Amino acid sequence: MFETLTDRLQGIFEKIGRKGKLTEADVQEAMKEVRRALLEADVNFKVVKDFVAKVTERAVGVEVLQSLRPDQQVIKIVNEQLIEMLGEQAHLDLGGASPAVIMLVGLQGSGKTTTAAKLGYFLRKRGQSPLMVAADVYRPAAIDQLVTLGKQLSIPVYHEPLGAKPLAICQNAIRQARQGGNSVAILDTAGRLHIDDAMMDEVAAIRMALQISEVLLVADAMTGQESVRVAEEFNARLPLSGLILTKMDGDAKGGAALSIRAVTNIPIKFISTGEKTDALEPFYPDRLANRILGMGDILTLIEKAEETMDRSQAEAMEKKLRTNSFTLEDFLAQLQQIKKMGPLSQLVEMMGMRGALKASGMEGDLDERPLKQIEAIINSMTPRERRNPEILNASRKRRIAKGSGTQVQDVNQLLNQFREMQNMMKQLTSGRMGKMLAKGMGLMPRR
Amino acid sequence: MFDRIRRLNPFRDSLRKTREGVFARVTSLLTQQIIDDALWEELEELLIRADIGVDISVDIIQALQTRVARDKLTQAREVESALREELLALLGGSQTTGLAHHDPMTSIMVVGVNGVGKTTSIAKLAKYLQSQGHSVIIAAADTFRAAAVEQLAIWGDRLGVPVISQSSSADPGAVVYDAMQAGLARHTDYVIADTAGRLHTKFNLMEELKKIQRVARKVDPTAMHEVLLVLDATSGQNALEQTRVFGEAVGVTGVVLTKLDGTAKGGVAFAIRRRLDVPIKFVGTGEKVTDFAEFDAEAFVGALFNSE
Repeated sequence: MFETLTDRLQGIFEKIGRKGKLTEADVQEAMKEVRRALLEADVNFKVVKDFVAKVTERAVGVEVLQSLRPDQQVIKIVNEQLIEMLGEQAHLDLGGASPAVIMLVGLQGSGKTTTAAKLGYFLRKRGQSPLMVAADVYRPAAIDQLVTLGKQLSIPVYHEPLGAKPLAICQNAIRQARQGGNSVAILDTAGRLHIDDAMMDEVAAIRMALQISEVLLVADAMTGQESVRVAEEFNARLPLSGLILTKMDGDAKGGAALSIRAVTNIPIKFISTGEKTDALEPFYPDRLANRILGMGDILTLIEKAEETMDRSQAEAMEKKLRTNSFTLEDFLAQLQQIKKMGPLSQLVEMMGMRGALKASGMEGDLDERPLKQIEAIINSMTPRERRNPEILNASRKRRIAKGSGTQVQDVNQLLNQFREMQNMMKQLTSGRMGKMLAKGMGLMPRR
Repeated sequence: MFDRIRRLNPFRDSLRKTREGVFARVTSLLTQQIIDDALWEELEELLIRADIGVDISVDIIQALQTRVARDKLTQAREVESALREELLALLGGSQTTGLAHHDPMTSIMVVGVNGVGKTTSIAKLAKYLQSQGHSVIIAAADTFRAAAVEQLAIWGDRLGVPVISQSSSADPGAVVYDAMQAGLARHTDYVIADTAGRLHTKFNLMEELKKIQRVARKVDPTAMHEVLLVLDATSGQNALEQTRVFGEAVGVTGVVLTKLDGTAKGGVAFAIRRRLDVPIKFVGTGEKVTDFAEFDAEAFVGALFNSE
């Protein structure tokens, strides 16, 4: 539904044509689009106003660098300014008392309980021994939810029977954490409206009564213009030490995060990017800036690849490619690695290709079923067939199609694709690699 | 349970905060000033801050400007009634769109992204149907989120509504199938299926929703009679994309707008009605199970302007 800002700016400058110097009118025209894109990304209205003023000031009259075209230069300024507003990367501060206490607060439905479990998992991976505390006594079955998540992750959960008061639960939990040798206590508090005085008093009282290292606001990336007000109210009562942005795996641009940071100066510490418990990532301002601009996030993609790919396996694969001994078995292994990196749609978005795909009407190709089908077909082959696809005669193909729940033509199609790939590899390895790569780079989106 | 006043204008309480915020400023703005560029600019800002979105806000302003020129309006306060009319028109006028009714049993599926308030809305909807003399059965088909089934079971106990569930991680289609069979056997008027929260960008999870619908059609080929998308009033422009994608997958028949008791205005409802032609059917206005009402466009728009 949204064109990327980058596309729009490029469109404007194509209209204006190439110029040696940006006039004020050029910049104003571009800033209209910047404003619109930021508002559609749910950046707060006031923040947009300030932002546009700052960028305009920087962009007007700037001599165009020889290496950059005007559109690229404006995009560069917009990007830099966004990153500046998003602040430095901020880490959790777990120093001081033991256990370190982290309190999670937020509106209903922002994802506090799930985040508590993800944070527990994240901290344990880093050598902490967390205790999760079920202090949401209001939502039906909220305690059960945390207990279940704790069981799944083998992280202890402190909870009390119905009727207990949240403050008492937290105090008892911290005592137990100290005795039990837990280094961190994560308090999962009830969701509350920022304008509900009684509930805000309650959470403020908990904050006052305990020694707390981090008070983190859990906020939904899909929040609209009210995000700033919500954060301001929580901050005024508590105050907050950081922000966790949830549901970033959707296609919301997350302008709320930018707004909250810009207005309250509260640093964003984590973003949550999926339903699995390991889907909590430290926050990188530059990556969110790129996302708001629709420019993709190559860095995260590379990191994901590094995380999921086995180095020795990668080297072995490279050798096979070079010596042209790449088999269907290797092909299958490759597919499985790509799948481990996450849903295709997410990968495409990180490459900043979503807009391009949409424009070419190829979005439907993000369907993951073809991948599954290929996997099923190769899995239905014998090891010998995988290494020597030439031996596949009609009867073998029928067997494979039956075994994988596909048609013979699907099997043929896969074999054709595989042969094409092998041919391409041959070309690549026979010295034309440089040329092909250069060509490939030309197709990459301009950054 | 639903006293008369609440039914007549259920938004009055919940939207008070809204009125005191942005729209109180609209009213004061419009009663004081003459019509000039500054007025239009400020008006546009106020609309955008209500999450109405840039495009629709610009459209509204342009429509108002056309009317000002055509009707030769000179006073800002004359713009107020025009604005009210424009907003009402965006919502498709004042007629309400009730729930579908199907004999012998009406099936309703409730869908939405994570954390919008699906389970609570289902409890409220069940209570609402009960208060109108209907019998209800609930299918606890959110078999993914930890303790979602327990949460619904607690509501079922409180309301005296049977909740059909299987073990956690059961197939949601099977749960719905069971509930529909049970509902038919017990001559129940409405079956409401809860579903796990899912982001609209997850292909497989959207496919799962389609499957639930296919399974339901094995019991009743005309199911689901209503597919209600629950939207958080706090959400911004992404709610449009949610509505579009859920709509493409399972044919959303109406929206339940929740959390209108906060300071959020739910302005994205205007864009949803205008661009996607999906009606808002119900609103959730508080934490009590009775804080729920049919959406009434006139009351919704009116509550944005009226001072007590």
